[in-house]
Amino acid sequence: MKTIYLDNNATTRVADEVFETIRPFFTERYGNPSSMHFFGGSVGREIVNARESMAELLGASPQEIVFTSGGTESDSTSILSALSTMPDRREIVTTKVEHPAVLNLCKYLARAKGYTVRWLSVDKFGKLDMQEVKRAITDNTAIVSVMWANNETGVMFPIEEISEIAAARGALTHTDAVQAVGKIPINLGKSNINFLSLSGHKLHAPKGIGALYIKRGTRFSPFMIGGHQEFSRRGGTENVPGIVGLGCAARLAMKNFQEENIRVKNMRDRLQHGLLEKVSQSRVNGHIEARLPNTLNIGFEFVEGEAILMRMDEKGICASSGSACTSGSLEPSHVLRAMGVPFTAVHGSIRFSLSRYNTEDEIEYVIEETPKIISTLRAMSPFNVENMNTACIVQ
Amino acid sequence: MWEYTEKVKEHFFKPRNVGALTDANAVGEVGSLACGDALKLFLKIDPETDKIVDASFQTFGCGSAIASSSALTEMIKGKTVEEALKITNQDIADYLGGLPKEKMHCSVMGRDAFQAAVACYRGDKAPREEIEGELVCECFGVTDDQIRRAVKENNLSTIQEVTDYTKAGGGCGLCHEKIERIIAEVKGANKTTEPLSAKARKTMTNIQKIAKIQEVLEKEIRPSLNQDGGDVELIDLEGDVVKIALRGLCSSCPSSSLTKAGIESKLRELVYPDLVVEEAPQ
Repeated sequence: MKTIYLDNNATTRVADEVFETIRPFFTERYGNPSSMHFFGGSVGREIVNARESMAELLGASPQEIVFTSGGTESDSTSILSALSTMPDRREIVTTKVEHPAVLNLCKYLARAKGYTVRWLSVDKFGKLDMQEVKRAITDNTAIVSVMWANNETGVMFPIEEISEIAAARGALTHTDAVQAVGKIPINLGKSNINFLSLSGHKLHAPKGIGALYIKRGTRFSPFMIGGHQEFSRRGGTENVPGIVGLGCAARLAMKNFQEENIRVKNMRDRLQHGLLEKVSQSRVNGHIEARLPNTLNIGFEFVEGEAILMRMDEKGICASSGSACTSGSLEPSHVLRAMGVPFTAVHGSIRFSLSRYNTEDEIEYVIEETPKIISTLRAMSPFNVENMNTACIVQ
Repeated sequence: MWEYTEKVKEHFFKPRNVGALTDANAVGEVGSLACGDALKLFLKIDPETDKIVDASFQTFGCGSAIASSSALTEMIKGKTVEEALKITNQDIADYLGGLPKEKMHCSVMGRDAFQAAVACYRGDKAPREEIEGELVCECFGVTDDQIRRAVKENNLSTIQEVTDYTKAGGGCGLCHEKIERIIAEVKGANKTTEPLSAKARKTMTNIQKIAKIQEVLEKEIRPSLNQDGGDVELIDLEGDVVKIALRGLCSSCPSSSLTKAGIESKLRELVYPDLVVEEAPQ
């Protein structure tokens, strides 16, 4: 059976071009870029190229890019650096809908280190209240960490505007842009954003590689302390194949922006309309406009997400859900709950996230199969409206 | 991804006995939309023989909830009510070749729905399972009776296990202390530390009391503090006043007063109830 992969916000396939580019770095050009001999040293040249491509994708300069192991390391590095370089400021401002990489770090810093964390709320469309943002950032704020785009709903935050507010208060700004980089154009050249995290495997590079943008002039304290690599900002021998692959993926992303924003977006919109039209009592979670072009989060009321995913899996369709049962915890998605999505829809929420590797035929197949799955499960559910009135027959 | 057995998958993809029974004479309902799963069980019971002639279900929930419901209906059909009441949640899980431990609450839901249906049939309850006992977990509406039963029947010993089986404690976590107390109470017989009797308290020397307090701190309190990077040390005992020092992360933690209160309630429970905990000046 063919796999229809609509879970690209979880991870993406490595692009063929990326795979071919990095292949020689395992078996032929395996030298250490720090070595004095040409065999190793020549690999260093490839890292310079990759750094230039990454910088170009972000509208930054190469000196502002540090390669890391991924989004989580970049997030931790940024937030911990800000706290240690600004020891007099004891507050962190972030949102209730961050990825666990930021959310749990902030909870830990509050619990174990005594920092005050101001958690920004979102409205029913998943958007921030800018007045609240302004009130939350004070002269005691060390860092404002707000994601560029939400991984579950695709909703984007006005991070550039937020960074202006933060800068006016002397606070640093970090953004977890793991879901945004490669999907939408980003130009950090003129922004006040101090730190930006990104992850390779969300943009068709391998897992285990990421990058951190550190704006020139931002005081920095390294997280990984060791050798002189990455201009002494991140110790440890470079993940050469990963870095070379990320550079290649960055070039591909720039080449494909048009397609990402037109063809992928069209397929996403077709999927959205097709499902809303065919499935009654379904709703889109998240703002329709301020949203990544590839993401659709849809709540099917009165059915449970894991059951939907299992049946979709049987049909070869890969997606994900914000339901409690899929997470291993009993609590459904913190993002959808922060948005106040009713329980009837939270448990049955499914996230479809597309990439340029999807085809129109695949989307039509999903529009064909999903409504059948929902109606099978609804027919089983005691909450189906028709089934709600059976009384107890007491003898 | 969950590791479901073939039997679970089979009952999920091809569930038996789905839908409402029009001639049911007993209905049992448990769970809710908010909790993420709910089961409505329909039974047709022969009043002459008390035999379950037919059974069906409607379930809102995950794969294992649907499979557990399907298994339950297959297991009880043809049995008398008395026979079927002997089925435990573990029997339902076994029938399916086992469930992931985080999903055991699905089998508990099956058993609870059956009991609610029987109560309905016997005329002493509404079809909706009535809440018996005191509400412990407000997030998932679980009572002390339900927790006690799950602990007893499945020999549970940690909060995580209670959460896996009943969902209690899986939300905000405020009830963790209560759950711990229920586990301790059920396990009373084989508890590691026993509270002192009034008589023992009078005849004990201060040194013996200190040893007992030290034992409770070691066994019951330090492991959980260590997990959070903290520690506690016994400084002195003056009359009934236990002087302690919080160390590590606990010392700088803004919720150290809560930690102190927690230690006090544990010592009161396991040593004797008049103890007062004070933080010794550093």
